[in-house]
Amino acid sequence: MAAQFEPSPRVRGGAVIALDELEISILRSLTVQLLELIGPGDEPEADDDPLAELFADGPSEPPSDPALARLFPDAYTGPGERQDRAAREAGAEFRRFTETELRSRKRGDGLAVVHALDTLEPAEGSGAAVLTLAPAESRRWLGALNDLRLTIGARLEVDEDTDDLYRLPDSDPRKPLVMAYLWLGALQESLIETLLP
Amino acid sequence: MEPVTVPLEIERTEASEAAEAVPEPDVPWVTVVHNDPVNLMSYVTYVFQAYFGYPKDTAHRLMLDVHHKGRAIVSSGTREEMERDVQAMHGYGLWATLQQER
Repeated sequence: MAAQFEPSPRVRGGAVIALDELEISILRSLTVQLLELIGPGDEPEADDDPLAELFADGPSEPPSDPALARLFPDAYTGPGERQDRAAREAGAEFRRFTETELRSRKRGDGLAVVHALDTLEPAEGSGAAVLTLAPAESRRWLGALNDLRLTIGARLEVDEDTDDLYRLPDSDPRKPLVMAYLWLGALQESLIETLLP
Repeated sequence: MEPVTVPLEIERTEASEAAEAVPEPDVPWVTVVHNDPVNLMSYVTYVFQAYFGYPKDTAHRLMLDVHHKGRAIVSSGTREEMERDVQAMHGYGLWATLQQER
């Protein structure tokens, strides 16, 4: 897992990356897991008014899963802050009005990654496929890569002093996820560089 | 913009808590971005440039404030404007909150 983004020589402001079969499969599988975690949201039944989803209220309680709680944080109480009644009520109301939209944006970002990966056909021999992203697609990828790192970071309980995590023996069951986490960081870092003027 | 650290953990009596539920109209609201161990420093800087349109130097300085001080005020305005900014920050995966400046 070493592939990184570079500025595209063909598409202005775009990014290009060569991904081999293993990299495609890891990225796809992690993103599908992210989509499953985010869930379909409160999508209406097929025979419901299609506009209903747009006007439906989201939840008012924060998610109990730590990874989901990080993707959908409170708007009135920061990490480690004491929550008074006014902040709790304002946070619940904010969540009701914004979480559905936020969920659908995150789903859209993840789906854009899966769809792009599904267009790739690794060449015989070298085994790599070249993916080119236009700037708008890059921004969706950037969002999805960040959400992936946030969820994996929550699973691995990454905090300010988790250097130990980066020196795990090969026998540690967390090792593959840590390797993926580090690679996603390198992917994200290299993609940002293609987006900055 | 000068970084200001506003402690949130202020002990309040019942009376002052009730009073706070009705926000003072003249006191501006601010958007605060909190530090987290996962988001890349380059990404946080990118978000401040891309969303707020801050020049690279400003974005970089705010990112360092978040990183070293644990939080930084990144915008101020009406409550509605700050709710929009916080929603956008959550869209980018940054943990942001809004509060009334005191």
